[in-house]
Amino acid sequence: MTRPSIRIFRSRSWYRFSQNPLSVIGLGIVVLIVLLAIFAPIITPYPRHAGQFVNFSAGTAAPTLQYLFGTDTIGRDILTRIVFGLRVSLALGVVVLAIAVPVGVILGLLAGYFGRRVELVIMRITDVFLALPPLVLALAVLGFLEPNLFNAMMAVTVMWWPWYTRLVYNLTRSIRTEGFVTASEVMGASRVHVLFREILPNCLPSILTKMTLDMGFVILIGASLSFLGLGVQPPTPDLGSMVADGAKYLPDAWWISVFPGLAVLFCVLGFNLLGDGLRDLLDVEV
Amino acid sequence: MLGFLTYIARRLFSSVGVLIGVSILVFVIARVIPGDPARIALGPMASQESIANLRSELYLDRPLPLQYLEFVRRLLKGDLGTSLYTRRAVTVDLEQFFPATLELVLASGLLMVVFGVPLGVLAARYRNRLPDNLARVFAILGVVTPNFVWAIFLILMFAYWVAILPVAGQQGDTFLLPNKITGFLMLDSILTGQWAMFWDALKHLVLPALALAFAGLGQTARLTRANMLDSYGKPYIEMARAFGISELEIATKYALRPALIPTLTILGLDFAAMLGGAFLVEAVFNWPGMARYAVQAILHKDLNAIVGTTLVIAVFFLLVNIVVDLIVGYVNPRIRFHEEARG
Repeated sequence: MTRPSIRIFRSRSWYRFSQNPLSVIGLGIVVLIVLLAIFAPIITPYPRHAGQFVNFSAGTAAPTLQYLFGTDTIGRDILTRIVFGLRVSLALGVVVLAIAVPVGVILGLLAGYFGRRVELVIMRITDVFLALPPLVLALAVLGFLEPNLFNAMMAVTVMWWPWYTRLVYNLTRSIRTEGFVTASEVMGASRVHVLFREILPNCLPSILTKMTLDMGFVILIGASLSFLGLGVQPPTPDLGSMVADGAKYLPDAWWISVFPGLAVLFCVLGFNLLGDGLRDLLDVEV
Repeated sequence: MLGFLTYIARRLFSSVGVLIGVSILVFVIARVIPGDPARIALGPMASQESIANLRSELYLDRPLPLQYLEFVRRLLKGDLGTSLYTRRAVTVDLEQFFPATLELVLASGLLMVVFGVPLGVLAARYRNRLPDNLARVFAILGVVTPNFVWAIFLILMFAYWVAILPVAGQQGDTFLLPNKITGFLMLDSILTGQWAMFWDALKHLVLPALALAFAGLGQTARLTRANMLDSYGKPYIEMARAFGISELEIATKYALRPALIPTLTILGLDFAAMLGGAFLVEAVFNWPGMARYAVQAILHKDLNAIVGTTLVIAVFFLLVNIVVDLIVGYVNPRIRFHEEARG
């Protein structure tokens, strides 16, 4: 494609994407979340409340103009802690996918391209991992580790890669027989070239879409782990553990758990809508 | 019929393979993670002697393959070891806690089908109108909202603001445990004819089951809708209309039936999500089930209990999927013939 035609293609894609209001809302939410997380110390009203801060005189205050989302039992601003909590959630999502996706993708490429014994070994191992409910597997791993953010990331990573292996395996198996792959094989291209230059680029739209959708689900699982007390430890603000703290003070101090809960909902919603939009745009199955 | 039997046999065979894999996986997770499991379990204050004792009891002083074989040998005898926290056999603990979780998960599965499928049928029938949009919003919200957040919303709404349902637990204080017959509270109260207790247990079940069902309910509705639209495009629907069959009958009898097959497959997968979700919902509702037991086990580094719970969940999940596959294979012969052609 020449330069201008690429530009036209891009602007057309954007046009098609922008035609679906839900996708645009999703993109908006994601951009907002990322900006909030990056600039948390600047834009939050009480940045000090993100750490070890106590002000009992302002404890359990209902939402007012001073504290938009109210305060928790020891007087910390809920809004501030939610915005800082987004940092933890996003970090979890990025780290988990940064490890799980390359591992899963490479295994899927190998299994799909080489077939036979390689396929047998890799796919049977994948089956075993997929035979356990995701959260249960993460919990089993965490059961033997100290509960903290790093270990929670590792536990979620362990359960996440098989999904990418399965996705890329299925894609590779159908792409492997395409003409352009055979052509490069006949021309004597190395296996590395065929795998990473011919097959992988054709899997990228699916992988990218799944990553966007998964970002939300990783955040959801991470919040679930810390809700059970197995993730981020206090005083670091985390959405899941904030909901758990507040659950003890229902129904009177409902704001302590409801607002962080809604924050998780919006994170996952944003990535989900964006992912759905990408899926329609790139016309892929994930 | 012979084809169906080979299909069953092959399906069971592959499940056994996965099960062996799962047992290895759980074993490896429990043994390979850095640190001495015995020391972790007993805590930093334990004496060298008690650690050594536990090590030999858990076979930790042997080579790994031997440890695994011993683990499997005990497993086959139905011995999952002793819980280090409750000081009882893990199997006894699980027998006590599993029925409550199963009751919860089955109730959620029921809600999912009873509300999800009709919602999907309505959405397909009134495409792009109110029922369809309602189902759409519901599906998205169901998927993106964590179970524990649903649980908290539901408690606030129906246990506090409109106080019609109990906040937590599996039964009220005023009731004695029924004589244990099956271990399932609701079933036992029916069998012993204690209707007041049954009603009480039912009221306690509604909110946790709903909180657990929402994620799958929306998806079931969406899937049913998509498949219904698919079958509405088929010629036999036109044919049925030409014969003057009522729209209701067409919807329920002709369009829905083929649409149910993919839904059934997804239901099996949803059970996995629900078993995971049960951990969160049981925590919020103080539900005396296996998931709450497992969380306690994890917090107390209770090695045997963690391994036992994980295995039981894996077996249960496999069984559900086998049953689903068999039903799908029975309803839709093309699947098993396809397997035969390939195998």
